[in-house]
Amino acid sequence: MTALEVWTPVCTVADLIPNRGAAALLDGDEQVAIFRTSEDEIHAISNVDPFSGAAVLSRGIVGDLGGVPVVASPMHKQHFDLLTGACVDDPTVTVTVYPVRVEDGTILVGRP
Amino acid sequence: MEALRDKDVIGEWRIEVFAEESRPAYDRVALTSYVDTWDPMALQLDGATYEGDDLVTLHLGDPVVAIDRTARKVHTGSGSTVEYDALVLATGSYPFVPPVPGHDLPGCHVYRTIEDLDAIRADAEKAVRGRRSALVVGGGLLGLEAAKALRDMGLSPHVVELAPRLMPLQVDDGGGGLLRQLIEKLDVTVHPGTGTQSIESDRGRLLAKLGNGTELDVDLVVFSAGVRPRDQLARESGLAVGERGGIAVGPDCLTSDPDIYAIGECACVNGMVYGLVAPGNAMAEVVADRLLGGQSTFESGDLSTKLKLLGVDVASFGDAHAKTEGALEVVFNDAVAGTYKKLVVSDDAKTLLGGVLVGDAAQYPLLRPLVGRDLPGDPAAMIAPSGGVAVGVGALPDEAQVCSCNAVTKGAINGAITEGCTDVASLKTCTKAGTTCGSCIPMLKQLLSAAGVEQSNALCEHFPQKRSDLFEIVRSTGIHTFSELISRYGTGRGCDICKPAVASMLASLGNGHILEGEQATLQDTNDHFLANMQRNGTYSVVPRIPGGEITPEKLIVIGRVAQDFGLYTKITGGQRIDLFGATVDQLPLIWKRLVDAGFESGHAYGKALRTVKSCVGDTWCRYGVQDSVRLAIELELRYRGLRAPHKLKSAVSGCARECAEARSKDFGVIATEHGWNLYVGGNGGFKPRHADLFVSDVDTETLFRVIDRFLMFYVRTADRLQRTAAWIESLDGGIEHLREVIVDDKLGICEDLDAAMAKHVESYSDEWAGVLNDPAKLARFRSFVNAPGTPDPTISFREERGQPVPLGMPVAVSR
Repeated sequence: MTALEVWTPVCTVADLIPNRGAAALLDGDEQVAIFRTSEDEIHAISNVDPFSGAAVLSRGIVGDLGGVPVVASPMHKQHFDLLTGACVDDPTVTVTVYPVRVEDGTILVGRP
Repeated sequence: MEALRDKDVIGEWRIEVFAEESRPAYDRVALTSYVDTWDPMALQLDGATYEGDDLVTLHLGDPVVAIDRTARKVHTGSGSTVEYDALVLATGSYPFVPPVPGHDLPGCHVYRTIEDLDAIRADAEKAVRGRRSALVVGGGLLGLEAAKALRDMGLSPHVVELAPRLMPLQVDDGGGGLLRQLIEKLDVTVHPGTGTQSIESDRGRLLAKLGNGTELDVDLVVFSAGVRPRDQLARESGLAVGERGGIAVGPDCLTSDPDIYAIGECACVNGMVYGLVAPGNAMAEVVADRLLGGQSTFESGDLSTKLKLLGVDVASFGDAHAKTEGALEVVFNDAVAGTYKKLVVSDDAKTLLGGVLVGDAAQYPLLRPLVGRDLPGDPAAMIAPSGGVAVGVGALPDEAQVCSCNAVTKGAINGAITEGCTDVASLKTCTKAGTTCGSCIPMLKQLLSAAGVEQSNALCEHFPQKRSDLFEIVRSTGIHTFSELISRYGTGRGCDICKPAVASMLASLGNGHILEGEQATLQDTNDHFLANMQRNGTYSVVPRIPGGEITPEKLIVIGRVAQDFGLYTKITGGQRIDLFGATVDQLPLIWKRLVDAGFESGHAYGKALRTVKSCVGDTWCRYGVQDSVRLAIELELRYRGLRAPHKLKSAVSGCARECAEARSKDFGVIATEHGWNLYVGGNGGFKPRHADLFVSDVDTETLFRVIDRFLMFYVRTADRLQRTAAWIESLDGGIEHLREVIVDDKLGICEDLDAAMAKHVESYSDEWAGVLNDPAKLARFRSFVNAPGTPDPTISFREERGQPVPLGMPVAVSR
């Protein structure tokens, strides 16, 4: 049996400002935070901040800690690794990372 | 009492305090500063009312008049009788008035209590303007304090001192001579080596005749010729007293009655009466310890003093008069620089015995702990005017007191550093060092450095500079993007610390709208959406209501907006209205309504000026003396939108009753009969602090100028997220330094600060109007990039007391 791949087009790269995120809605009320870095890499993680339960990670500041691209939760400033979803400040916490593809300038988000 | 309440954790002792004065304990050492504010509360010691402490009862204005030692009872002036297990006499001293003929004429005063100063002020105000002068009898520490107070009241003081020099107890002839020169420049005339023979009433003024034949026409006379212990109650009760007065006690502070202690200026310890506050506090500690079963003793009081008299530094420590057998003196008297420095050393020039410093007492904190110890080098080199070997903190032995106010030794501080204190703030918390006068803070820094604790000033891992340096870089280079700044002066891509910090600097320097271009990416979520994020991810909206004044029409608009968008409303502490529960996509719709009705951003989301609160002022209030509402509105409109290292709060009170709580603000203004008093560095919040008086009785124009400079200097030099209170504390020289910079223009930067503020005021525009007029900025206010109209499904509300409040959200991690 082959896994069924689901990709949802969410926006174009041009819709995102570099070093800033945006929230997108997937089927079933699932929210992802999509980020465009200054190198034009696109990352997607869960939009829900696991510490507060609020869907706000897309509104955090994007930067790096020791070279690792991170977003800082706007709620209480915990940092999440955009590549792995790991919380830099608390190794027991991780957020879901979503696969991303860019086709003709359109960003598609897959299922983890 | 404070010592006992601190140490008596289980509440063993109940304390009844009987005081003659009608006020709770106040800081008599700072009495002269009462002239700055005429506010008795400014002198009151923290916690002196013991409010909420069930174990302490204050009986103010009700002195003990008799002690029944056999029954162990005291009788008080109001007629009550109270039993005691232990009695502590702390009756202090009374001013000595020499029996000069005419010493009791109207216009003759002593200098000890707030009431004395009120009486002096009343007489000073009666005096005809233009030729007002006063005579101070006694040129010691207290006399010079009195001279300062009189000068601050606008009189020309004459100081008469029997000894051939000023401050004869503390300084020697050389130091006294220089002191005289320095203070005579300040309109204080000194008459040394002579006494006052008589005082006569003369056509509404007073004529004082001095022993040397001089006759002085004065408006009032202040006696400050020393104090005498108040031991009358003890004498009447049959307690032993010292030969020259004072209740006789041993090193345990016990009198001849084993249930009665005596402390402070009324006590005579082993034949010695101490007239300084530090030995008194030390005695209080001894009694507190002994009441709780301890065995501590009072050895001998340190009579070292360092003070600023009329702006002149004077310090005296150890054997200042070289009375020790064979003592040698090393003196540098620099008349040009206006400094006098003397060290007293042992006959082999190896041990420091004492010293006198006049004009510059910067070395006092390092020299005083060395008394009685081997000098680290040649004594002359240590006080040489220049090129001398600076005494380092390393030269101090572990037992040396670094903080003399709180008796903290170098060893204790090093211990705290070993246990993990890495900065001055944590040393203050752990050891209490540096928490009183603050003069040892430079030494705390040196000790940290000496212990190898690197006190990094770096903003974050991306910028090695501290905030103020980075600000100067941005200002002088004119760089206006973060990417250029980090590529030239930093490393990496930035983070949630440096990005908002740089965004704030760019905004302070006037780089257009904060959401323009790259700046948008630097902003914290609050600045990015120009609203305050709340716990469920929604935002609150605060329109500006300058001075807290609002028309009914505008109130109705706010009410209608709240109704239409289902917002929770609450009145804020800053006299405005907060509307909670707005989603990102609702924000522009809400603000469209508000801007159309004439509202603008209140910057509640920014590290910027928040509000200027006000009381209703003299327009309505029966007690008001100025229009506080008008001034608050003018201040709020002048500084609105100013981005700063942290938020800024202000308030204006229309009279000294202070209903607007201005002294809890970063800058607070209180109306006087003649103008405004400006207070700076106040704070509510985590570490409450009353603002300090900065300038008094100024007109509105001067007030604006001083606040302009205060704010701009703060914006340029404070650390990230450092409120003005902490900033002023961190300045080398504190509030005095601040005054030198922005009032006296010591650094020559005031013109520049003025210009920077003028530019800010001129270039202000409403941030929310700027968003509503720009489709590109508006487009960012959407819930989902792929479903802009869909509300965030995680947000829901329940009702509480008739208003919506957030429903709890499932949290994945418990904290």
